[in-house]
Amino acid sequence: MGGTELTGLTALELGAAIRRGEVSIPEAVRAALCAVEARNGAVNAFITVTARRALERAEKLQAEAGRARSPLYGVPMAIKDNICTRGVKTSCASRILGEFAPAYDAGVVDRLAGAGAVSLGKLNMDEFAMGSTSETSYYGPVRNPWDLARSPGGSSGGSAAAVAAGMGWYALGSDTGGSIRQPAAFCGVTGIKPTYGTVSRYGLVAYASSMDQIGPLGRDAADCAAVLDVIQGRDARDATSLDGRYGGLLDGLTGDVRGLKVGLPRDWYGDGLDGEARAAVLAVADVLKSRGAEVVELSVPVMDYAASAYYAIAAAEASSNLSRFDGIRYGWRAEECGGLDGLYAKTRSQGFGPEVKRRILLGALVLSAGHYEGRYQKALRARALVRDAFQAAFERCGVILAPTAPADAPRLGEGQPEELQARPGVAYTAPANLAGLPALSMPCGLDGKGLPIGAQLIAPRFGEGALLNAAHAFQLDTDWHRRIPVGRGGGVK
Amino acid sequence: MDVAPEQVARLARLCRLELSPEEVREVAAELGRMLGRMDALDRLDTAGVEPMYRVSPEVNVLREDEAAPSWAREELLAAAPAADGGAYLTPQAVE
Amino acid sequence: MIWETVIGLEVHVELATRTKIFCACSTAFGGEPNTRCCPVCTGMPGTLPVLNRRAVELAVKAGLGLDCAITRHSRFDRKNYFYPDLPKAYQISQLYLPIARDGTVEISSPAGRKAVRIRELHLEEDAGKLTHDPAAGVSRVDYNRCGVPLIEIVTEPDLRGAEEAVACLEALREILRYLGVSGCKMQEGSLRCDVNLSVRPAGSGALGPRTEMKNLGSFRAVARAVEYEARRQAALLEGGGRVARETRRWDEERNVSLPMRAKEEARDYRYFPEPDLPPVELAEEYLDRLRAAQPELARAKRARYQADYGLGEYDCRMLTSDPALARFFEALAALGTPAKQGANWIMGEVLGALSQRGIEPGEMKLTPPTLARLIALVEAGTLNRNTAVKVFEAVFDTDGDVDAFVAAHGLEQVSDGGLIREAAVRALEANPRSVEDYRGGKARAFGFLVGQVMRQLGGKADPRTVNAVLRELLDGGGGPARTGA
Repeated sequence: MGGTELTGLTALELGAAIRRGEVSIPEAVRAALCAVEARNGAVNAFITVTARRALERAEKLQAEAGRARSPLYGVPMAIKDNICTRGVKTSCASRILGEFAPAYDAGVVDRLAGAGAVSLGKLNMDEFAMGSTSETSYYGPVRNPWDLARSPGGSSGGSAAAVAAGMGWYALGSDTGGSIRQPAAFCGVTGIKPTYGTVSRYGLVAYASSMDQIGPLGRDAADCAAVLDVIQGRDARDATSLDGRYGGLLDGLTGDVRGLKVGLPRDWYGDGLDGEARAAVLAVADVLKSRGAEVVELSVPVMDYAASAYYAIAAAEASSNLSRFDGIRYGWRAEECGGLDGLYAKTRSQGFGPEVKRRILLGALVLSAGHYEGRYQKALRARALVRDAFQAAFERCGVILAPTAPADAPRLGEGQPEELQARPGVAYTAPANLAGLPALSMPCGLDGKGLPIGAQLIAPRFGEGALLNAAHAFQLDTDWHRRIPVGRGGGVK
Repeated sequence: MDVAPEQVARLARLCRLELSPEEVREVAAELGRMLGRMDALDRLDTAGVEPMYRVSPEVNVLREDEAAPSWAREELLAAAPAADGGAYLTPQAVE
Repeated sequence: MIWETVIGLEVHVELATRTKIFCACSTAFGGEPNTRCCPVCTGMPGTLPVLNRRAVELAVKAGLGLDCAITRHSRFDRKNYFYPDLPKAYQISQLYLPIARDGTVEISSPAGRKAVRIRELHLEEDAGKLTHDPAAGVSRVDYNRCGVPLIEIVTEPDLRGAEEAVACLEALREILRYLGVSGCKMQEGSLRCDVNLSVRPAGSGALGPRTEMKNLGSFRAVARAVEYEARRQAALLEGGGRVARETRRWDEERNVSLPMRAKEEARDYRYFPEPDLPPVELAEEYLDRLRAAQPELARAKRARYQADYGLGEYDCRMLTSDPALARFFEALAALGTPAKQGANWIMGEVLGALSQRGIEPGEMKLTPPTLARLIALVEAGTLNRNTAVKVFEAVFDTDGDVDAFVAAHGLEQVSDGGLIREAAVRALEANPRSVEDYRGGKARAFGFLVGQVMRQLGGKADPRTVNAVLRELLDGGGGPARTGA
C-alpha cells in the first residue's frame, strides 16, 4: 500500500494489516511522517515531532511483532503536549515550560507503551488547555485541515487536526470543559471524554483537576473504543482514579441499539444553535431509531448556568494549579529578575500568555474572601444541580444526544471570547465535565461551508460502552466519519 | 459587576503577575464582564444544595506507608534553570 | 499596672511515618540536599498526591490522646502562597474539616494543674528548607523535608505565662511520644512551636491584639521569648503605644523578637478544597480499634506505678520520662524483677550509661531479659553488686549474654560456706594482731579482716556470708566451728 492509502485506514484497520504482515510498522511510521512533512507546516498540529524516536521504536516493535497482543500494536499516534513524556519536551504550548522534558511518563503513556503504541510526537493546543480555538499557543495557532483559515477548535486542536489530516491514526487529548469533543466536532473526527476517574491523570499537567480527563480522538468510535480499552484503569499514583471493570469496549461494539432510549434534551436545541447543526444532530436520532432505538424528549435545564459554573470552578482550580510555574525547579526563567519577587513576577508575566493570566486572576478573584461564597461555592452548588439534572434524565433514557457545539469552526482571529457570548460553546460540553460523565462527539454531517458538524452523546458514569456502541451503530449506517478534508491526501487546499 | 483596578493590582501581586497600568484597566474590565456573566448563578435557587467538590463518591484512597527509592538528584535538578551543590538556586529570599 | 500574659500555641509535629505524606520518599532526618525527593514532592508538572494511610492513623491517635472529637468526614484544602520552599505554591492542609477538634491537654506547672483546650488538630505537609547565602545573594533550596507529614495542634489562648507555655509543650510532647505519634525532637525540628501572645490588664476579660512568634528552637527559647514579648508589649501599652498585629521572629542569639518582613496580603491564602484527594471517612469501628489500641499514657503509668509497685513520685517521674524507659521498666517487672530493684538499676546504671553515650532510651541495645538476669544473679547472691555493675558495663552496648560473660570471667560469687570458712580461718591465723584489736573493741579491725578474706577469694565472695562467718569465728563462743555446707 502507498502512504496515502495507509493514512486512509482507521487505526484498527492499520493494526490488523500490521498483524497480518501486510504493512510493517516502520512503513506505517514513515507514511505518517510523510503526512506530517506535507501538512504540518500548514496545520501546525505538532509542537514536537519525534521522528527518530518513532522510527527506532518502530524497528524494535517490528522485531517483536510476534508478541503483539493489542489491536493497536505498532499503530502510530501522537500526544497532546500537556501529557508528560519521558525525555520528550512537554510544553503545554506555553513559554513558561521552556524546553522542559519530564523524567517520567504519564500513566496513559505507560499503558500505551505496553500496548505497542508508537508516538510521532507532541501536539499543539491552547496554552495550558485554556481556550477553545487552539490560538493561545506560544507555538502559534493550529489550523483546521478542513479550512486553513479556520480554527480546529480547542483546546485539543492539534490532536483533532492531526487525526483529521492523517498525521497519525489517533491522538490523545484532554477534556476539561469540552476540549476533546469540540475540536473533534470541528475537525470531523470522533473523540471521547471518559468518565472522570477512569483514565489516570498522573502526568497530565493539571488545568482544572476536578474535571480534567484524558481521552482519545480517532477516525471512528471503534478506534476510540480500542484506545480506551488500553488507557482506562486504576493508577495508584492518582488518588482520583477509580477501580472498575475495564476493557472489553471494542468487543462490545455490536451496533445493536434495539431498546436503547436516546434522550433529546429540548433545551439544548433552542436559542443559539445553528440550524444546520440542529438538523444534522437530529438526523442521528433518526438513524438510531431506524436501528431500533427509542427516542425520548426530555429536559436537562442546565444551559443557562453551566458555563458560568464551569468558568468559576475551572478558573479557581487553575489559579492554584498554575502557581507552581515559577522558574525555580523546571521550565523557563526570565532573565534579569532582580530579587526573588522579580523572579516570580517576571517569569510568570513573560512566561504565561494573556488568556492564561486572565484565568489565573479570575480564579484568584473567585477564591478571594469577597467572592468565595457568592461565586465559587455557588458554582459548586450549581454543579450539584447539573449532576441532579442528568440523574433525572438518565432515569428516562440510556444516552443523551445533543449538539457538541452551537456552530461550526470559527475563522482564526474571529472567535469571540467565550465568556462574552450569550450562550458559549462550552455550555454544550461542560455539563458532562461538571458531572464527571462520559461524553463523545462524532461527525454527523457537513454544513453548507463544507465544515464538519459534531453530534454529542452523553451517558451515565461508566457508560462508555453504551456511548461507543450507539456511535458505532450510527457509523455503521453512515460515512460522515469517513469523510476527509480536501487535500489530506495531497496538497493543501 | 465592576472590579476596581486596585483590586486587580492586588490580585496580580497575589498571583505574582506583573501588569502595566493599562493591562490592569483592561483586565479589570474583563474580570468585571466575567463576574457579570456569573450573575446567571445568582438567579439559581440553590437553597439546601450542598456544594459539589468532586464527581466521584470514593473516600479513603490511601497508600501504605512503604518507602520506595527516591529519585537520582541529578535527574531532578537537570530540569532546574539554576542549581548548585545539589540544591535549587533562587535569588535570596527574605523571611 | 499589672499585666496578664495570654498565650495560645500552634504546635507543628512531624509524624513518625516511614514515608512522606503524599509520596513514597523517606522521611529520615538529614541526608544530602534533595536526595529524599521525587517528582511528587518537588511539585513537578502532572504529579499527584496520594495520602499515606499511616499519617491518618497517627493523626487520629494524637487526636484521641488529646481527647479530641475526631472528624468522621474530613478533607484536605489548598493553602495558596508563593515561597521557594513550597514547590507547588500551595500547601495541602486542612482548613474547613480538620481531622480532630475540641480536645484538652492537662498541664502541671508551678502555678498548679490546669486543662488547656485544644481548638483543632489538622494534617498537612511540611515545606522544604532554604539556606540563605547573603554573600552570593542566593538561597539554596532543599526539598528533603518537603512533604513530611505534620499535624498542627492549635490551643485556645488558655496559657498565662512562660511556665505554662513550656508545661503545655512538655505535656504535648510526652503524650505524642507515648502514642508513638512523633519523636518530638525540637533540635531536629520534628516539634516546632509558634507562640501567639497578647497582654491585658490583670482581671480584664478582653483579648488584646496579639503577635505571632516564630523560630523558637527549644523550650528554653519559648520561655525566654514569652517573657521578652510580654515585657515588650506591656512597655508599649504603658507608654501609650499600640501592639501591632504581626508576625515576629525570635532571635535566639540576641534574645529579642523582631518583626518579620511585613508580608503584604500574605494572609489571603485563598483556601479551597483539594481536588486531587478524596476525603477521609473514619468508621466508628476504626476509631474503636484505635481507641482500644491506645497505649497507657505517662500520667496513668505514674499513678499505677505508685499504686502497684509502691514506688515514690520521683521514681515514677523518672521511669516515665521516656516511653521506651517505661516500657523497659514494665518488661523487667513482668520478668519477675522486684520493682524497686528494677527502678534503681534503671535510674542509676541505665540512665548513666545512656547519658554517657549520649543516646536515647529508644536507641538502647540492652534488653529487659538481660538486665533482669543480671539483677536476679545479684538477688541470688551469685554476683555482688560491684561485680554486677562491671558486668552491666560489659553487656550494655551489645546486649551481651550475662551468664556467658560471668562464666568466661569467673565472676560467680563464692557463696560456698566451706570455702569462705577456710579463708576466714587462714585470715585469722595470719593476722593475730587484728584479732586482738577486734576483741579489744576496735571495730575497724573487723573491716580489715573482711578485706583479707575477700582478697583470698578474688573479691567474689558474698560479703554477707563473709561477715557472718567472721563474726561467728571471732565472737561465737558457742559450739565448734562447723565446716561444710
